[in-house]
Amino acid sequence: MPSGNGTVIGVNDLGGFREVQQLAYRCAEETAAALEPGVTEKEVAARMRRWLEGHGVDDWFHLPFAWFGDRTAFRGIRIPFQFFPSDRELEEGMPYILDCAPVRDGYTADIGYSGSLGHNPVLDRLLGDLAEHRALIVDQVRERRPLREVYEAVDALAARQGFENRHRKYPFRVIAHQVDRLPAPRRSRSPIVGRFGVRSLRWLARTSAVALRQGWSPLWNDTRFSDHPPRPGLWAVEPHLGLRGVGAKFEELLVVTDDDAFWLDDDLPHVRRWSRLAADAAAGIVDTAELPELPELPEVRS
Amino acid sequence: MSGTSEGLDAFERRWVNGAGGIELAVQEGGVADAPTVLLVHGYPDTSAVWDGVAGHLADRYHVVTYDVRGAGASGAPDDRRGYVLPLLVEDLAAVARKVSPSRPVHLVGHDWGSIQGWEAVTTERMAGRIRSYTSISGPGLDHVGRWFRARLTPRPRAVGPLLRQGLRSWYVGLFHLPGAALFWRLGGADAVSRGLVRLGELPEGTTPSPTLATDGARGVNLYRANIVRRLHRPADDRTTDVPVQLIVPSGDRYVTPALLDDTARWASRLWRRDVPGRHWLPRTAPDRVAGWIAELVDHAEGGPEPRTLARHRIHPDDRADRGRAGDRGKVVVVTGAGSGIGRQTALAFADRGAEVVAVDIDGEAAARTALLCRDLGVVATHHRVDVGDAEAMEALAKLVSHDHGGADVVVNNAGIGMAGGVLDTSVDDWERILRVNLWGVIHGSRLFARQMVDRGEGGHIVNVASAAAFTPSRGLPAYSTTKAAVLMLSECLRGELADADVGVTAICPGVVNTGIVTTTRFVGVGEGEEARRQRVTKRLYARRGFGPEKVADAIVRAVDRDSAVVPVTPEAHLARFVQRFAPGVSRRLARIDPAERM
Repeated sequence: MPSGNGTVIGVNDLGGFREVQQLAYRCAEETAAALEPGVTEKEVAARMRRWLEGHGVDDWFHLPFAWFGDRTAFRGIRIPFQFFPSDRELEEGMPYILDCAPVRDGYTADIGYSGSLGHNPVLDRLLGDLAEHRALIVDQVRERRPLREVYEAVDALAARQGFENRHRKYPFRVIAHQVDRLPAPRRSRSPIVGRFGVRSLRWLARTSAVALRQGWSPLWNDTRFSDHPPRPGLWAVEPHLGLRGVGAKFEELLVVTDDDAFWLDDDLPHVRRWSRLAADAAAGIVDTAELPELPELPEVRS
Repeated sequence: MSGTSEGLDAFERRWVNGAGGIELAVQEGGVADAPTVLLVHGYPDTSAVWDGVAGHLADRYHVVTYDVRGAGASGAPDDRRGYVLPLLVEDLAAVARKVSPSRPVHLVGHDWGSIQGWEAVTTERMAGRIRSYTSISGPGLDHVGRWFRARLTPRPRAVGPLLRQGLRSWYVGLFHLPGAALFWRLGGADAVSRGLVRLGELPEGTTPSPTLATDGARGVNLYRANIVRRLHRPADDRTTDVPVQLIVPSGDRYVTPALLDDTARWASRLWRRDVPGRHWLPRTAPDRVAGWIAELVDHAEGGPEPRTLARHRIHPDDRADRGRAGDRGKVVVVTGAGSGIGRQTALAFADRGAEVVAVDIDGEAAARTALLCRDLGVVATHHRVDVGDAEAMEALAKLVSHDHGGADVVVNNAGIGMAGGVLDTSVDDWERILRVNLWGVIHGSRLFARQMVDRGEGGHIVNVASAAAFTPSRGLPAYSTTKAAVLMLSECLRGELADADVGVTAICPGVVNTGIVTTTRFVGVGEGEEARRQRVTKRLYARRGFGPEKVADAIVRAVDRDSAVVPVTPEAHLARFVQRFAPGVSRRLARIDPAERM
């Protein structure tokens, strides 16, 4: 299938993307399982980097990010620099997000993993309700709705659910960006600038220039630049929701073809979690908080 | 509860030997085998200050008052050394032992009586003899010493409270001057009595006591014997596990509310009621004071903690604002809570621990808001109510009063949008928007304001107006009119309710990205054009990117600070500025037709 800069992604290529995406999620899961109170965002980001580089990752779209506490909802983040890992320490009950975009053998993954240290009901709610967004996005892309409208539909769903759109805090308000197989590197190790891989940035800049002339954009947001039907290729989609000081997201690759769209891989932690919850619900294990109460104003005794 | 002074006729006078053989005049009455409530008066008072309160308590409790040494009918020590706090506590212990030999008592103190009370609950002498303590307008002297010390280190934020309290303590210095006692004896007492009535401190026709001249002169020794020593070298181990309730009148001329902000350091189980009123609350509001005392007494006797008490509990780990109770236990009612600013406001208060009553005409949306509030760890209920329906709002107010003990904060937020010129707006359109945007706020304001005033514990009403309230335009006349009315209603209500300590705030958000746009009625155009304009406006609002959660934060802040009018977005501030200082510009801008630009 044709992609952004004219290369063709074949079935074998999809396998390569799937593998590196699986690898990135495995890194997030293993890192998450080892989190302990007092660890800082910087330390966790460094752990992920070491883990992935130890598993064959040779370049980065961007280095790992880690956000703890209300930073998961991007509270207090005004300039992009503040996204970078900080000295914030993880505490019991705190939500966290791990986000990394490794490149291996030219294949890029960009993933986001949300969790909490111990129980956090708000995070559970966000993470559970993200399922609707995953279904909505692929459905609307299949209908070939303009990407701008898909973005607005996600916004409307979030508002109905009572959540804030936090992906609008990302550079250019993006909910997604395109990725592609990178050409072989000229040097063995590509430089990193401001946590982003230069090879990937160069690809993105070149693709954007071509795309703008063709009337589309590899950055998917709610501006007129995204007022076009879904563009075939691979999109790293990252709906990010917030409720007060808690944020949650997933990020994974969506495959868009000329007449169809599908998530690259369903065997991912958040999807497995939803299946588990659905199975629980079917077995009669119901979250009591869901039970409605007092739907109408009852008769009042004076 | 029964009336006031009639009840006291049944009180018996007895005499108790206090420390050093001083004879104390004790009044005892009420239900003999009920828990004992022991009331200690301040300076310059006698036990008569409790007449009203005691009358209200007498039909449920065993009630005891006494004149402290040097006051009223009790004996007086020979010199200043006879007035030191340990001796006053000895007296207290002697009275308690006599009137309730086998059970601990519930102590209540006002003014110097409260200072004695703190001494009694934070020292060993009466350990195990006091089951609860209600303190009105009298901090522990060691605590005051610590309070001043904590603020003497130069910090800008500490200067204000320090100066304010310092200025209100002028008389303390005066009492240390030679001749202070003489002042009382040479006609000062009459002047003080008249002055206090004129200042509104005491009800018309009352005096502190018939023995004011001698009480005043002798009582000066309370200050001379205790103040300097305690403030100079305050102990830092004066803590207690006895349940303590602070009743803090906001208009106290002698004890500033801020003086009590550190109390949670000293009392592990603490409630704090900030209430409207002045220093002599036992005289001016005896029924309320009696009710508050009864709530703590019943709870300390093993009864459940009533919601009306729980909302005043100070949780030391809360992000409490300057030592006041946080929002935990407070009840917040929000209309239009099913979406946008209303929903985010409900969530913001829930995030601070408040109990939320979410109201919306869309019951399911309100239910969703309540659900999210519960995720944040608070109790939340929801109701489907049309705010324009007077009967439904009355039912809501009754329910909040009955099931929740009344509201502490009410946010009248529900509103609808309407765009298009006056000539295109039909009578039906006008009636529809007036009903929700104005009548809804009127109902919410008048019903809940009435409850707050009657309850006498203050409260806050937030009305969500709009920057449109001060921005004339040909595009939004109906909407702007309703919002301007809401703004004026709020300003008037604020004036009316100030004496009752009920704050009123008008919030003027500006361009905020909420669902109001997609439901705004565009009058005078067809359906297709209306949908197009809704979409265009929605995109404009989305790009503006000001979320309702920020308005919610502004509302929470406004309640904390008791602000009157709060423009939220920069454009709201600008609009207000222009309308005030350059109304001509404002009128010029009103002529622009937004429809031509869509």
